[in-house]
Amino acid sequence: MSNTSKKQRWWNNAQYRSLFFQVLLVAMVAGFFWFIGSNTLHNLEKRGIATGFGFLSQKSGFGILQSLIPFSEADSFGRVFLVGLVNTLLVSVLGVIFATIIGFTMGVARLSNNWLIAKIATVYVETFRNIPLLLQIFFWYFAVLRTLPGPKQSWAAGEIAFLNIRGLYLPQPIFGDGFGYVTLAFVLAIIVTFIINRWANKRQQDTGQQFNIWGVAFGLIIIVPALVFFAVGAPLTWDMPALRGFNFQGGMTIIPELTALLTALSIYTATFIAEAVRSGILAVNSGQTEAASALGLHRSKVLKLVVIPQALRVIIPQLTSQYLNLVKNSSLATAIGYPDLVAVFAGTTLNQTGQAIEIIAMTMGVYLFISLTISAFMNWYNNKTMMVER
Amino acid sequence: MRKITWALVATVVTLVLTAGFAQSSTKEEVQKRGVLNCGVSTGLPGFSIADAKGVWAGIDVDGCKAVAAATLGDATKIKYVPLNAKERFTALQSGEIDLLVRGTTWTLTRDSSLGLNFAGVNYYDGQGFMVSKKLGVKSALELDGAAVCIQSGTTSEMNLADYFKEKKMTYKAVVFDTHDATAAAFDKGRCDVLTSDQSQLYGLRTHLSKPEDAIVLPEVISKEPLGPVVRQGDDAWLNIVKWTFNAMIEAEELGLTSANADDMKANSKSPAVRRILGLEGIGGKGLGLKDDWSYQVIKQVGNYGEVFKRNVGADSPLKIERGLNALWSKGGIMYAPPLR
Repeated sequence: MSNTSKKQRWWNNAQYRSLFFQVLLVAMVAGFFWFIGSNTLHNLEKRGIATGFGFLSQKSGFGILQSLIPFSEADSFGRVFLVGLVNTLLVSVLGVIFATIIGFTMGVARLSNNWLIAKIATVYVETFRNIPLLLQIFFWYFAVLRTLPGPKQSWAAGEIAFLNIRGLYLPQPIFGDGFGYVTLAFVLAIIVTFIINRWANKRQQDTGQQFNIWGVAFGLIIIVPALVFFAVGAPLTWDMPALRGFNFQGGMTIIPELTALLTALSIYTATFIAEAVRSGILAVNSGQTEAASALGLHRSKVLKLVVIPQALRVIIPQLTSQYLNLVKNSSLATAIGYPDLVAVFAGTTLNQTGQAIEIIAMTMGVYLFISLTISAFMNWYNNKTMMVER
Repeated sequence: MRKITWALVATVVTLVLTAGFAQSSTKEEVQKRGVLNCGVSTGLPGFSIADAKGVWAGIDVDGCKAVAAATLGDATKIKYVPLNAKERFTALQSGEIDLLVRGTTWTLTRDSSLGLNFAGVNYYDGQGFMVSKKLGVKSALELDGAAVCIQSGTTSEMNLADYFKEKKMTYKAVVFDTHDATAAAFDKGRCDVLTSDQSQLYGLRTHLSKPEDAIVLPEVISKEPLGPVVRQGDDAWLNIVKWTFNAMIEAEELGLTSANADDMKANSKSPAVRRILGLEGIGGKGLGLKDDWSYQVIKQVGNYGEVFKRNVGADSPLKIERGLNALWSKGGIMYAPPLR
């Protein structure tokens, strides 16, 4: 055996061979992409189209309706990218939160024993799940929010909040010196509550004695920061919106474009989440519920300790897909003028600079990154809730 | 053996690379195809808009027709490609369209860094503001704090920012994709002001629910020379488009119209008229077209004055004055180099 192997040429060795073909494949793939890249660059140069990322530091010179970070016309296209990204993240995060709340509520409601509640939930799911999202966005923006009155006829709640076709105007909190201590107290209170909760759970498992956490939690999270707030001299003032000239000035504005997009995204995605929740709950064998009831557990405990942990295993993978869909669907913002990444960066910036390849590549990269991050987080959470086999 | 292999590889790579770069001439492509792919707006009265039957009309559409008449001898052989402001340059760069006539402002950036060339100016415009009469605003200087509706991807966006900054005023830009969406938002009161090129404002006003309630403010805050655009690097095609537009202006100077073109062709003794009709002079040789190319443009589409009057001037609902767009001899700046 060893004799023959010594005589064997190296290219007849299976290990070397497979390695060789691996290397060849990698080289071919790399060569293919190199070819595509160099061909593109050559063609762009030949046609006199500017390339490179230098445009990101150029002055943008246009205004953006909503920006969570400071932005003016004098800022660069790179800043525009950030503003768009933050706006996309804003609508995505809020959308995920609202869609989850509505979705879980509706999913449970569909299984309710109350005939009316169950039917209302069914009608909701079947209606909003089956209408294209773009139409729903248009519906909320053009049909619903456009019926609001003009600025001078605003609907007012006292002299504090105003609602009109330009948006919802609210007082903006202005934090004075020392407000950081209040925030610090709040964060510390949450951490301490969390630790007490773990201790209480452990004690219950060890000794069976229960500890009512709610009173302690309320005291820590609400009263302690409030005491600190007054101790440092109430460092909080409000910037009130007021009608000056054409529009309300001051305060915070929630623009109707955000409201319409957020409403449409949440309501549409929530229908799918509701179905995922329903399927998850139905997937838990009814024997489990009956067994838990037989042990004398209260109905709420049955749900919390027996049904939901098992249902989550079915729900989470579907939930992940729906979150990803919501983030990607948020790019429909451009249809109603919400300044998200696609509208301000892949739209206006692309048109002002003409550098389609770089801008579209960056935009696609951002969505890919956001989606992969969500996916990774949800996979981690999924692994955590998976059945532990003993 | 190895040397031969490498030589082979090198040859193949070179061939593949160059094959991708070889560009055929746009003129030949259009003539072979028999149809001109022309990029226009998604719907702007007076400039390019399709009626209920899908028939396109407007001053920009007539530009497409003129180039089709010169190149193909038939002004109807056009495929119109409606584009919004954001799509227009990519469509031209990628070769989806041969010619872009879509109220596009000629600027240094666009001419020099997008791989495009402007072939002239078919309408001298300037950016203006439209407001509701109810506001009682008489001048753009009173617009501090206003919400402004605007179409994305236009020079208007930049001019607006510059103007408000210069006048130390603030504004909120509400940005939409198409003319229609922008005008609808203004109509419903989402913003106080609609800004765009003045000619477009007059056109969009006809689409409002109550056109008489809106006024266009007197201020013109920018220069907006609008013209046809072609891809850079195809000089023959650039020449054809450029001289087609020149021929229409020259025809107006000479008093040559679609109505009298045949009569002039038979009877005129004027050398300039005979040259533009292709009876004398260089004709179509330099451009690689038939000698009667400009005759076809005038016969089938008309001279610049006719096109203006029909689409945006006295004979249209827009009723825009000639102003800057009158001939140089009549107080405007429309001027064509001689066709000789």
